[in-house]
Amino acid sequence: MNDEAIIVVKDLFKRFGKVEALNGVSLEVDRGQVVVIIGPSGSGKSTLLRCINYLEAPTSGEVWVEGKRLTTDQRQLNAVRAEIGLVFQLFNLFPHLTALENVALAQRVVRRRSREEAERVARQQLEHVGIPEKADAYPAQLSGGQQQRVAIARSLAMNPKIMLFDEPTSALDPEMIKEVLDVMLALAAEGMTMLVVSHEMGFVRAAADEMIFLDEGKIVEQTTPQELFTNPKEERTKLFLSQILQH
Amino acid sequence: MAEPGSSSVAKTAPKAKPRLEPVGRRLVDLPWWLFGIVVIIVWAGYIILTRPKYQEAFLWISGANNGVLAVLKAGIAITIGTSIVAYSIAIVLGLITGLGRMSRNVFVSNVARMYIEVVRGIPMLVLIFFIAFVGVPAGIDLLHALGEWLSSIGLSGLGNLFIGLENQAVPMLARAIIALAVTYGAFLAEVFRAGIQSIGRGQMEAARSLGMSLGQAMRHIILPQAIRNVLPALGNDFVSMVKDSSLVSVLAVRDMTQIARLYAGSTFRFREAYVTLAVLYLTITVVLSLAVAAYERRLRRHE
Repeated sequence: MNDEAIIVVKDLFKRFGKVEALNGVSLEVDRGQVVVIIGPSGSGKSTLLRCINYLEAPTSGEVWVEGKRLTTDQRQLNAVRAEIGLVFQLFNLFPHLTALENVALAQRVVRRRSREEAERVARQQLEHVGIPEKADAYPAQLSGGQQQRVAIARSLAMNPKIMLFDEPTSALDPEMIKEVLDVMLALAAEGMTMLVVSHEMGFVRAAADEMIFLDEGKIVEQTTPQELFTNPKEERTKLFLSQILQH
Repeated sequence: MAEPGSSSVAKTAPKAKPRLEPVGRRLVDLPWWLFGIVVIIVWAGYIILTRPKYQEAFLWISGANNGVLAVLKAGIAITIGTSIVAYSIAIVLGLITGLGRMSRNVFVSNVARMYIEVVRGIPMLVLIFFIAFVGVPAGIDLLHALGEWLSSIGLSGLGNLFIGLENQAVPMLARAIIALAVTYGAFLAEVFRAGIQSIGRGQMEAARSLGMSLGQAMRHIILPQAIRNVLPALGNDFVSMVKDSSLVSVLAVRDMTQIARLYAGSTFRFREAYVTLAVLYLTITVVLSLAVAAYERRLRRHE
């Protein structure tokens, strides 16, 4: 049961007009695994994440989540998306709601929890990400790092089985990156299945079980972090790693 | 996120050069246009109070000539009442049409687009005649046909209700309200559409990725923000409708304009009638506009 693949992607293609964002991607993520995707900008990393919860419908190919193949059936997609948390680069908190309401709303609307139950869980999750005192603040009153932590709490409150992170720290000022990475590291330690697009090497070193290097919509290399950093097989991988590891 | 920073810059900017022409600057910045309008209104009020002919015109046009209760049946009450009822319907119509216009369903979006373009392509005055004398009778004919069909399938109670509906039974005031609502529904559809499109794509994506349906995301995430954004525009359009409601006088609805026309026609006091009428509209719209502006300022402060 524990070794079963929770996400299976088969031969995924995504075209935007004439641009081929994904060019036949196949991968599997096991329960409890932390997979980190790296690659140059425009390589299809974000598109891949967004195809996994069908925020973008793939042009062709298959996505299986917990043994069920995704279709464009809206009811199925709504149910599946509730099980997959997605954390965005730009947080996308709801600006008209307080932090607490941000975390509580989907629980009530989607999970049909009572207001008391939803707010109890919301406070618990805000505690979990380390900002219980900001429950009544609006997103505009929070720093970037705090906003991203509320966004993570918002996803966690749905009790997701998988968390997807789309460059969660790349819009943050340097001093706020750590507070978000700490939350993500704690999640990984708790055994959450995570698929992370990020170039934060500190996180990779501490948490990644597997690395995927994506370029031009294709998986160039998929291996352990150890292997990827010490012994990259492909020229493109070497070139890219030399660029991001220079600093 | 950019707003708090940019607004604080805007607030501190004038403070940066306080020594430069302090008195002159402040005098130039005063709302002189508003003082001008207030002077006109006060002057007109003085004339109405002191000159009997103007006083009479004012009492007629405002609807107060036949006692306090008569005010409710004509004049200002009809102008404002018609506007409020028609605008309420227009908001519902506009919201539905605006959402329909953005629908992925080709049929729905085209119907919405067609409605908007048809209304835009016909002068409001012509549209009012059309709806009152063509649209409403056609609607009644349609209800008759529906009534006969209902009777034929055995629902004669409901059927007879529709068949018994006479064209004459629909008062001109109701037709005027329908005409204004249909016209403004098309305008407001574009306002709502712009408001919804002003909300970043990320909001919808965040809502959907939490498992909300399209409808739930619209209701809980997109619309509350969109409506807040368009409230000032909605307020300004209401002021426009108060003015445009004067067009319904062509249907002999006894609003301020119609009464002014009747009064002028029967007494030949054209100047008194139209000075009073213009000042009445100006007073109402200036008060409403200031209220909208104050509300807008309050919204900005809370951002």
